[in-house]
Amino acid sequence: MEVSITVNGVVHASDVEPRTLLVHYVRENLGLTGTNVGCDTSSCGACTLHLNGEAVKSCTVLAVQADGQQVATIESLAVDGVLHPMQQAFMENHGLQCGYCTPGMVMASIGLLNENPNPTETEVRYGLEGNLCRCTGYHNIVKSVLAAAAAATANSTTSSTHEGASA
Amino acid sequence: MTVTDERPAGVIGTSMLRREDPALLTGESKFTNDINIPGALYLAVLRSPYAHANIVSVDTSAASALPGVIAAYSGAQLQDLWAAPMPCAWPVTADMKNPPHFPVAIDKVCYCGDGVAVVLATDDRIAHDALELIDVQYEPLEAVIDLEDALSDRVVIHPDAGTNRSYTWDLKCEGHEGIVDEAFAAATHHVKERYIQQRLLPMFMEPRACASVPQPFGGDVTLYSSTQIPHILKVMSALTLGIPEQHVRVIAPSVGGGFGGKLNVYAEELLCLALSRKHKVPVRWNEERSENSMSTTHGRGQIQDIELAADENGKLTAIRVRILGDMGAYLQLVTPGVPILGAFLYAGVYDIPVAYDFSCTSVFTTMTPTDAYRGAGRPEATYAIERAMDALAASVGVDPMEIRRRNFIQKEQFPYTAFSGLTYDSGDHQLAADKAAEMVGYDALRERQKAQNVAGSTKRLGIGVSSYFEMCGLAPSRVLASLNYSAGGWEAATVRILATNKVQVITGATPHGQGHETSWSMIVADKLGVAPEDVDVLHSDTAISPLGLDTYGSRSLVVGGVAIDMACDRVIDKARKIAAHQLEAAPEDIDFVGGVFSVKGSPDRSTPLAAVAFAAFTAHDLPEGVEPNLEAHVTYDPPNFSWPFGTHICVVEVDTETGSVDLQQYVAVDDCGNQINPLIVNGQVHGGVVQGVAQALFEVAAFDENGNLLNGSLAEYMVPAACDVPPVTTGHTITPSPTNALGVKGIGEAGTIGAAPCVINAIVDALSDLGVTNITMPASPMTVWKAINAAGSPTAATSAATPNSTSTESTESTESTEEGASA
Repeated sequence: MEVSITVNGVVHASDVEPRTLLVHYVRENLGLTGTNVGCDTSSCGACTLHLNGEAVKSCTVLAVQADGQQVATIESLAVDGVLHPMQQAFMENHGLQCGYCTPGMVMASIGLLNENPNPTETEVRYGLEGNLCRCTGYHNIVKSVLAAAAAATANSTTSSTHEGASA
Repeated sequence: MTVTDERPAGVIGTSMLRREDPALLTGESKFTNDINIPGALYLAVLRSPYAHANIVSVDTSAASALPGVIAAYSGAQLQDLWAAPMPCAWPVTADMKNPPHFPVAIDKVCYCGDGVAVVLATDDRIAHDALELIDVQYEPLEAVIDLEDALSDRVVIHPDAGTNRSYTWDLKCEGHEGIVDEAFAAATHHVKERYIQQRLLPMFMEPRACASVPQPFGGDVTLYSSTQIPHILKVMSALTLGIPEQHVRVIAPSVGGGFGGKLNVYAEELLCLALSRKHKVPVRWNEERSENSMSTTHGRGQIQDIELAADENGKLTAIRVRILGDMGAYLQLVTPGVPILGAFLYAGVYDIPVAYDFSCTSVFTTMTPTDAYRGAGRPEATYAIERAMDALAASVGVDPMEIRRRNFIQKEQFPYTAFSGLTYDSGDHQLAADKAAEMVGYDALRERQKAQNVAGSTKRLGIGVSSYFEMCGLAPSRVLASLNYSAGGWEAATVRILATNKVQVITGATPHGQGHETSWSMIVADKLGVAPEDVDVLHSDTAISPLGLDTYGSRSLVVGGVAIDMACDRVIDKARKIAAHQLEAAPEDIDFVGGVFSVKGSPDRSTPLAAVAFAAFTAHDLPEGVEPNLEAHVTYDPPNFSWPFGTHICVVEVDTETGSVDLQQYVAVDDCGNQINPLIVNGQVHGGVVQGVAQALFEVAAFDENGNLLNGSLAEYMVPAACDVPPVTTGHTITPSPTNALGVKGIGEAGTIGAAPCVINAIVDALSDLGVTNITMPASPMTVWKAINAAGSPTAATSAATPNSTSTESTESTESTEEGASA
């Protein structure tokens, strides 16, 4: 089937099998391998990316469902070698070890702050319920998200922008 | 040439951010299945739906006819590809039964997931579609999932072995025969407990993947694999396939966690290698998660019977341990050695000079093979002794902290020669325990508990303590030899200073999330007086790092990192000769501080390392007998294991009406000696603790009576999410290791080792007033609720914790013997 999907700001016209999942589309058709696959039951969240600005597990979306939509993957976040504030927060707080869940975790965390810019620790823990990590015990992931939220709040009071919460 | 003495005094001990992170955070890192390999065929494996069956026939003709399918093979058709069965590197006894195990089964299958046929196709989806067209006729046999049933040989799984018993391995105090029996005869307190170590799934987040790229005209083959052990894999695959070892190159790209589950030589790696050479094209395989649950090794799987003898004060006088170990269907790389790694630790942190009697019998079952999983034998041992110490405390009538205090090996006893002949190099257990108690507010918690756990209370507070000794840093080669392990325990390192004073480090340790690049660069930076960013760390490719024994058993820093430190010393020694030549002084009169060589007593007569490096490169004017370039290679064999230790304390609230456990607080005090990077140390503890908590509360690989794994997907297997676990408060005491120059000890597995007994001790503590003396892991609400109700019922003379009704061990006794039985 013919689809036209805007991925990281570039329009891609592709011919895909109807059964192609969005995650396989970005990985295999576009070579954007930062989005990972960790399970086959939509449980782990490693494939989380943004569809029209909202964090979704891209193994639950068919490529054809994304026809005409806007997709953002982990590859779109850092600009000119500068990490996105959420990526920076993960780095500064050791929110990753092996890094396999990390792209999904970062995309989910940005989605979380988009919906709730000032979450409590508990809200972060429940907000990331759909993303599994086996290395960190989540301690530093939660810390990273709270730090990114705090940085975005501090930033918004000075410049009234929401850097930390925009994809 | 600039002098590099302007940077801060040192980076070791600082929480330097990880250099690995930007690539991982941006998606730039390449995991094995991210690598683009033009023309690669996809391998898919048809797996047995039966736990135990004879293979009557395999018909691949329909699969072969599917467009896009290049070939389909039964096990019998692949048999001439193997020079040897799949390797087991640890024949723990001379008479150990090790039935031949091939990548694809031939005559019979011995677990659900055993491979029976394979397909090669141009596309992964076509390969999987083709699997459904393969017709296999089976003659089902009875499954064996109960360890005691396995031991009975009612159904013998491997007829040629004649028995399901693989081995019996003993550790007794030689020259002190009878001392254990005498101690038990004289004991005032005799604790006799049975604990179940349920099977666990490693569940690293990156499923396994591998890709083999042959060079049919060059004779070489390169295997990319999501492995912890590229070096061991290279040797073992060369032997198994009969390929000259120098023709095999193994690369572990970014690896998404391992936890022991990637410490193996797997069928799919061998299949990709063999089929890529046979077909002369690249062959790759990507594991699906539900496939991973069956085809990747499981962890734990033991029945533990432990007995403690103690005098009237609760001072231990003897320990007796009997283990029944679950090997699964076959022996993988180190399967039989896992219980043996725990054999030395059933006395934990306690002073038992000789009276120790350990025996482990391991059996085959018709389930996925077990092997290392974070801690490998040591969490099991620590669980048993720490649970039993709480039982002893109850018997004596003292607080769990007090029973530990009375039995700790004292600080002044180190170095301490244990019953096993091993030397515990250092420790201060009371200090760690005191610190943990202070951090958690132990005395106040006990007061709160007294007020809360009154008659009729349905929200009962429990406080759990566990103190552990870890035996890691695998390992002194001579000790491994005495344990019949087939390899050594050394690690290799190369340090090379380039012409421009930049440094290349080559390590045989293979990181998969531990931050070796960061930590190694910190060691080198301080040692050589260069900036950490000027140090490049190369690893995980046997062509770049030809010597190494990889990463497991909390060995990387204490073996591999120490090797780096030693290689730096050798480079400095060589550079010192060149500097002495430049400064016209004797080498022994040359100091090296902060990257600068100077003449003792004349600091103005100096030359920076950069100038020496350049001189070594140009080789225009070197002293007599000194070769060009600054480079040193070290292979370090540690003289001893590494002995980190600590005390963990946690707080739970148990709802007696629902059986749910709320883990409210977790404090971990760990002593890993000097810390290179506290950020990384704490990260290891956080993750380790949560894996231990997960064993205690959530995880079990559950099988039905036919040997089917019932919870093989991540929708069913309960890997905790962020909302399931509390923050982990870390603290440290620092008792430097006297064994190595860095004073470091391992920290990768400590959290996991301390955590599971800590949590279960807390739950039992919460419910002890109700008569509960044991809870079988995982402490699901149903298990806890049943234990409470059984304890409260008239028939509950003993505890009656019930395991997950579908678990492997569900039919086995989990009753714990009356704790207070005095001799």
